[in-house]
This record gives sequence, structure tokens and C-alpha cells, in this order.
Amino acid sequence: MDTSILPVSEPETSEIVLSARNVAKTFGSIQALKGVNFDVRRGQVTALFGENGAGKSTLMKILSGVYKPTSGTIILDGEPIEFDSSTDARNHGISIIHQELSLAPNMTVRDNIFMGREIRTMKGVDFAEEERQCRLLLAELEENIDPKTKVEDLRLGQQQIVEIARALSVNSRILIMDEPTSALSASEVEVLFKVIRDLKSRGVSIVYISHHLEEALQITDHAVVLRDGNMTAYAPRGDIDLEWIVRHMVGEHFNLGTPPTGYEFGDIVLKVGEVTVVDGTGNQKLVDELSLDVRAGEIVCIYGLMGAGRTELLECLAGRLVARHGQVHLNGRDITRASIAERIAEGLVLVPEDRQRDGLVQTMTIGQNLSLASLLRLVRGLFTSKRLEREHIDNAIRRTTVKAGSPDHLIGSLSGGNQQKVVIGKMWSTNPKAILLDEPSRGIDIGAKAEVFRLLAEGAREGLAVLYTTSEVGECLSVAHRIIVMHKGKISAEFGSDVTKARIMAASGEAVVH
Amino acid sequence: MSSTDVSKMNPTATKPKINIAGLLIEGRAFGALLVIIVFFSLMSPNYLTVSNLLIMSSHVAIYGILAIGMLLVILTGGIDLSVGSVLGLAGIIAGFLMQGITINAFGVILYPPVWAVTVMTLAFGAFLGSITGVLVAYLRVPSFVATLGILYVARGIALLITNGLTYNNLGGNETYGNTGFDWLGFNRLFGIPVSVIILALLAAVFGIILARSAFGRWIYATGGNQRAAELSGVPVPFVHICVYALSGMLASVAGLVLSSQLTSAGPTAGFTYEMIAIAAVVIGGASLNGGRGNVRGTMLGAFVIGFLSDGLVIIGVSAYWQTVFTGAVIVLAVLLNSLQYGGKRF
Repeated sequence: MDTSILPVSEPETSEIVLSARNVAKTFGSIQALKGVNFDVRRGQVTALFGENGAGKSTLMKILSGVYKPTSGTIILDGEPIEFDSSTDARNHGISIIHQELSLAPNMTVRDNIFMGREIRTMKGVDFAEEERQCRLLLAELEENIDPKTKVEDLRLGQQQIVEIARALSVNSRILIMDEPTSALSASEVEVLFKVIRDLKSRGVSIVYISHHLEEALQITDHAVVLRDGNMTAYAPRGDIDLEWIVRHMVGEHFNLGTPPTGYEFGDIVLKVGEVTVVDGTGNQKLVDELSLDVRAGEIVCIYGLMGAGRTELLECLAGRLVARHGQVHLNGRDITRASIAERIAEGLVLVPEDRQRDGLVQTMTIGQNLSLASLLRLVRGLFTSKRLEREHIDNAIRRTTVKAGSPDHLIGSLSGGNQQKVVIGKMWSTNPKAILLDEPSRGIDIGAKAEVFRLLAEGAREGLAVLYTTSEVGECLSVAHRIIVMHKGKISAEFGSDVTKARIMAASGEAVVH
Repeated sequence: MSSTDVSKMNPTATKPKINIAGLLIEGRAFGALLVIIVFFSLMSPNYLTVSNLLIMSSHVAIYGILAIGMLLVILTGGIDLSVGSVLGLAGIIAGFLMQGITINAFGVILYPPVWAVTVMTLAFGAFLGSITGVLVAYLRVPSFVATLGILYVARGIALLITNGLTYNNLGGNETYGNTGFDWLGFNRLFGIPVSVIILALLAAVFGIILARSAFGRWIYATGGNQRAAELSGVPVPFVHICVYALSGMLASVAGLVLSSQLTSAGPTAGFTYEMIAIAAVVIGGASLNGGRGNVRGTMLGAFVIGFLSDGLVIIGVSAYWQTVFTGAVIVLAVLLNSLQYGGKRF
């Protein structure tokens, strides 16, 4: 227990509004928190860093009343307090924006923001007033969303904005943000940061959790690092840098790799010819006559903002969306009209962006998820061979370095990073020629990220064609040989691996930050 | 665990402790069946006799066969409300064929042999089911609505064909060469009613399909997460059509067995049997959200319902109370299901 690093020793003048003292939490036999001290100061941002499973979310759920601590105390305004529920905590002015969005997709933005605290009059709900307040909130977030749009019709990034708007609408004095930017583009993040600064000036305290370390450093006043349920470091912003955070998070130096070299690229594996994808209404082109080649052994990265058409392009290549025009060739064969299963058999696979929604079958075990895409190849006679399936699963686990107690456990028992490795392993073990990965690093910690990119580099070295997308510039400049910037459905620029971050961001239509 | 590098990495994830509450919940259908058998054996000396057990089992066979088909559909996340009506219509189709098909152009009446009647009836059930399957898979009609429609259509056709009357003489006629229809319902092999043997065979076959075949895994994956299944190359529309076709075919099997047991086929046979089938599946621990459940549990569920209602008859409880008890058991089962699955995220 690291009681030696008490934050109170810091020369801070700002008053502490909420603090955790020696807080521990156990789930069954698992100790998620092992006695943590944590302070939130009035009108300041405290960033909480740590890998997946370090206990960040658990700590935040304790502070916001979702969980009760196993031991230790919570002190609000100098008085020890126990929250009965998250509603109780909210009544004390503490709100949390969860990592997993908690919106009702079938309801409108307005109804979501006012859910459970509708503005009631004698004549029922005052929808006009709700809508007016809703517009004000969204205008503050500089987001042009009609309050009467259904949440399911919004992009993921916009949904996150709505979630943030909902938290702002209750006038909290302590706002906990768990990964608020994981689905936001750089310009949307800038707006969020402006809102955060504004909230600070009004005396609102903010706890900020993010895997985007650079981003978090831009906004925070204090940094706290957790590792394995312990607090490993605390420092005010002035004393720290990126390297300091990473060192305390993982205990060693990390980078996301470099492009694999020392071999020649092979023939063109994936050839995309003037592919156009339109949206549901048929009017708007999401992907606009885009052409692209990927060679065997080559890693290509597609960078773009939310709505640039990255996901739609990959889903079209994988066979989920139908292309209005254009052809897709794999190893010279036309697969434009092939089904998803036929494309997988031909050797083109997709690792989807949203692993909970599109990647994993939660009712199945780790092993069953890993073999799902290869079942037909494991059939001997009438049934799947248990021996072949076990070999297949063991190979996939070894290959993608999934850390699992047993492949017979449910997939939900794994951490986010390991779940992502299972999705990758599932598609990888079909022996593809080309692999498409949509935001493979979304919501996973830096250690798992590095492992995912190392896998891609290994695959490329063995002759796999790799195409991945990202919305983090830092991830373009890792293993990719070639970086393509997408903007409004078209390729707006193409770079080699020696490009600078600023040039990539300029080509994507973002204002250059820093 | 064969791979040591995997098992040692995360020791906290393994659970060596035996969870007694968990075991009770897992084996609840079996426990309920034991309680029912013990209770009624104490109440009546006639309950736990071989002959009574066999008679009750032949009643259970009807529900059990329907419930297997229902399980397949529920595992994919759907529901099949049409099985009771399809059961009734299958009996009518069989009865209609047994009466002979009059072909006016030649002035002859064709009497198909029993095996041909059986094949045609099963094919018809599968056809009705595949209509539902196409509606669900390609036209995105919710299964509840699609099968509700088939429920009414099938019942209506059964009434139209018979004009509301019942086919009585299904025994066939030596001279026409179509005898033997009562074999399914009356005969015994090694002292066991044929219907019970059919149930056991079907349960074994579908149990193995679900547990061991790629198709079985596809069913679980489709119900667990349809989008992920699609992106993994699972032919989701094919799976949907197959499960509804199989459910329709199994309903026809049940229809043949029932009309054979009664040697008559009435247009209202199987009325509300879909509810009993759903109850059996739920009592057997399957999740109505799809992806969880197995044949073993469903069979236990069917036996719980059958043995409970027959037991209540034997000790002389009124039919009205039977309905109340059956309902209470179903609610209790669903309650336990949500205890089992509610704590998990999905």
C-alpha cells in the first residue's frame, strides 16, 4: 500500500472538495482497489491515468455512488459520507459520464437529456421548454444536432456529445468523465476542452480519465496514476510530462513500434476501384469513388475524423455494406458481389470498430468466440472436431497473446484489451490474405495497443496485407508504411511513414492544434 | 488446460470454489422434477408406477417435441407462436390425406400409404416454418408478429379444410393399403410407447447438433450477437430459415403423434400448446434473449410441466387449479432465469 504518497503534502492552495481515504474494493476474490487516496480540488481538473484493469473505473464508480467501498472512507466537504446510490451522489452534486454510453437509442436527444427529470407542468411534459434548454446545451458544445433526432441515428461521436450534454444539464459541482473523448474527433475534443475550462471557471471540479495521454495532459491540473489497484504516483501538472505518466503506468518505456522493414512488398492483394457507398437515404455519399491498393506485406493506415467515411469504407470492403459503384478485387479476383462468408473464405476479414456490438458474442466463451469464424474448417464428418477446435483456439490465444485464465470462461471475464485481441484472433485465425481493422486501439490501454501494433507488424512481415484506421495521429506514425488521410469520403492526402503529425492533421481538415 | 502459458497468466480468473447456490440454480429444473415426483408419490400410490410413468411420458412427448423446435427458435433470439396451430393443421393434413385424394379428371381416389402421408405432412410443416423464416430473415418482420400471423392462418386453414369437423377414422383400410397410422400413438417397442422413443431420438439428435455441429454453434452465435455472427461469416438468414423450418417440422411430428394417439384429427387440436412449449424451454433455463439454453434443460422443463399437470389430475385437483399451478411454476422459472442471467451484462 502506497500510503507514503499522500497528495496532501503538495503545495496546493485550492480547497479539496471530495476525497477518498484508503479506499479498497474487492469483487469476490479479485482486489480491484487496494487502499487508494485520491483528492478532487475545487475548480480544477484531476486526471486519472492507468492501464485497463488498474482500478480507474472502479474508483470512479465508488466516488459516484455506483459501488460501495469494501473499506476506507469518502470525504465530501470535510465530512465523511456514504452514498446509497448514484442518484444519492448526484443529489450531492456528483455526476459521472460512463465509458459505455448509457443512452436510450430509440429516444430523441431531448428525451435522453431530460430522462428521469422531465420538465412537468399541469398539461404534461413541457417539450418546448426542454427543447429550448437542449438547444442551448448543444450550442454550448458547438454541436449542430437537432434535439428531436433519435440517438440511434447519431454517429458515435455525436452520441458521446449528447452524453456529456446530459451530465452538464444537471449542474453538477463534481463531474467525472470516464473516457469522454474515445469516440470524438480532434475538433470535437477541442470543443469539449473549451467547455471544461468554462466549467472550471465556474468552480466545477472535474475528474478526467483517458487513454489519450497527450490530450489529458493538455487539460489537466493534477495527475494521479493507478497501477494494479494501487496509487503509484501523484503530481501537479507543472511537474510532469508524457514520459512520466507512461513510466508510472506501465513501469517501463513504451512506443507503438516502427514499420517493419527488410523485405519486399508482394503483389497487390486488395484492390479497391472507385468504390462509392451512400447512406440510408441514398442521397449522401459516405465514400466517394475511392480507389486504393494494398500490397502483400504492406501496412496502410487510414486517418480521418469522425464521419470521414473510414468505417463505411471498411464495412463495404468486408461485405456488410453494398457499394453503389466500383469494384473490390482480392488477389485479382472480383469479390464485389461476394457475401461476408465468401470474402472470409477468400481471405478478406474485418475487425470491427465496436467490439461489444459487432465483434463478440457475449453469451459464448473465449474459445467459442475465437473459433466462430473458422468453424467450417474444423468440421470432420458431421461435427466439429473437439481436438481441432482446441488446437485452433490454443494457436489463436498464443498468436495474439490473449491473457485468459481458461478459454472456457465467458468472454466478458476478459479486460478490454484482451477482448480486442480475441476479436483480432478470431479473424486472424481464418488465415486471411488481407485484414481490415477499424480503430483497433479504441478503448484499450497503451500496453495492449503496443501489442496489437506489434501483431500487425508481424503479420505484414509474413505477407499479410494490413489496412487499419485510426483517429489518433500518434497511431498513424507507428507501424504503417503508408498513411492515407480521408476527408468527406475521399482521399485527401497520402504520405510515407516519415510524415509529421501536423501535415496529417492539416490534410484531414482539422485545425492544427498545439 | 493443455496450454500452460495461458492458464498461469491470470490466476484470479479461475474459480476453484464450488458455488452451492449456483449449482441449485443450474439444476433447478431437475430439482423441480424430483420435488414433483416425490410429492405426488406421497400423495398417491398410483403415481410412481411404471405404467403411469409411461402414460405420463407419452403425454410429455407431444410437449417435448414442440419444445425442441421452440428451443431452436428461442436460441436464435426469436419466438415461434405458431407451433400449436401448425400441430393442429398437420393432423388435419394427415387426416385429409388418409381419407383419400379424389382426382375428378380420372374419376379415381388415391390413397397414399402412411409413410407418404407422414412425409408430406412433415414437408408441409417445414414449408410453413420456412415462410416464417423468410419473413424474419429477409423482410425483418419480428418473429413474434410473423408467427402470430402463421398461428391464425394455419388455424384458419385447418377449420376451412374440415369445415370445423373432425376426421375420425384414421385407422386406414386394409383394402386401400394405408393402415398403420395408429402405430405412432399406440404401439410400444420394448414396452415403451413409440411417441416417447421418438421424443428421445429427437432430443438426442438435436442435442448433439446443438452441442457438436457448426450449425449448432451458428444458432447460439446468431442469438448471442447477430451482428458479430454476421461479421464472422455466419450465414444468419440461412440459420433463421432453418430453425423456423425445423420448428414447423417438429410441430408436424407432434401433430402426427397426437392425432395417432387419438386416432382422430380435429381442427382445434394443439390449441395454446405453443405456450406450453415456451414454458418448457424457459423452465429448462433458456434465455428468451437468445444464445443460452440446451436440449437437456428443455426436456426437463417439458417433464416438469407434464408430470405436474398429470399429477394434479391423479390426486384430483380441479382443472382450474392446474392452470394456476402451471402459471406459478412458469413465473418461478423466469424469476430464477433472471437471477442466473440478470447479474451478467448480457
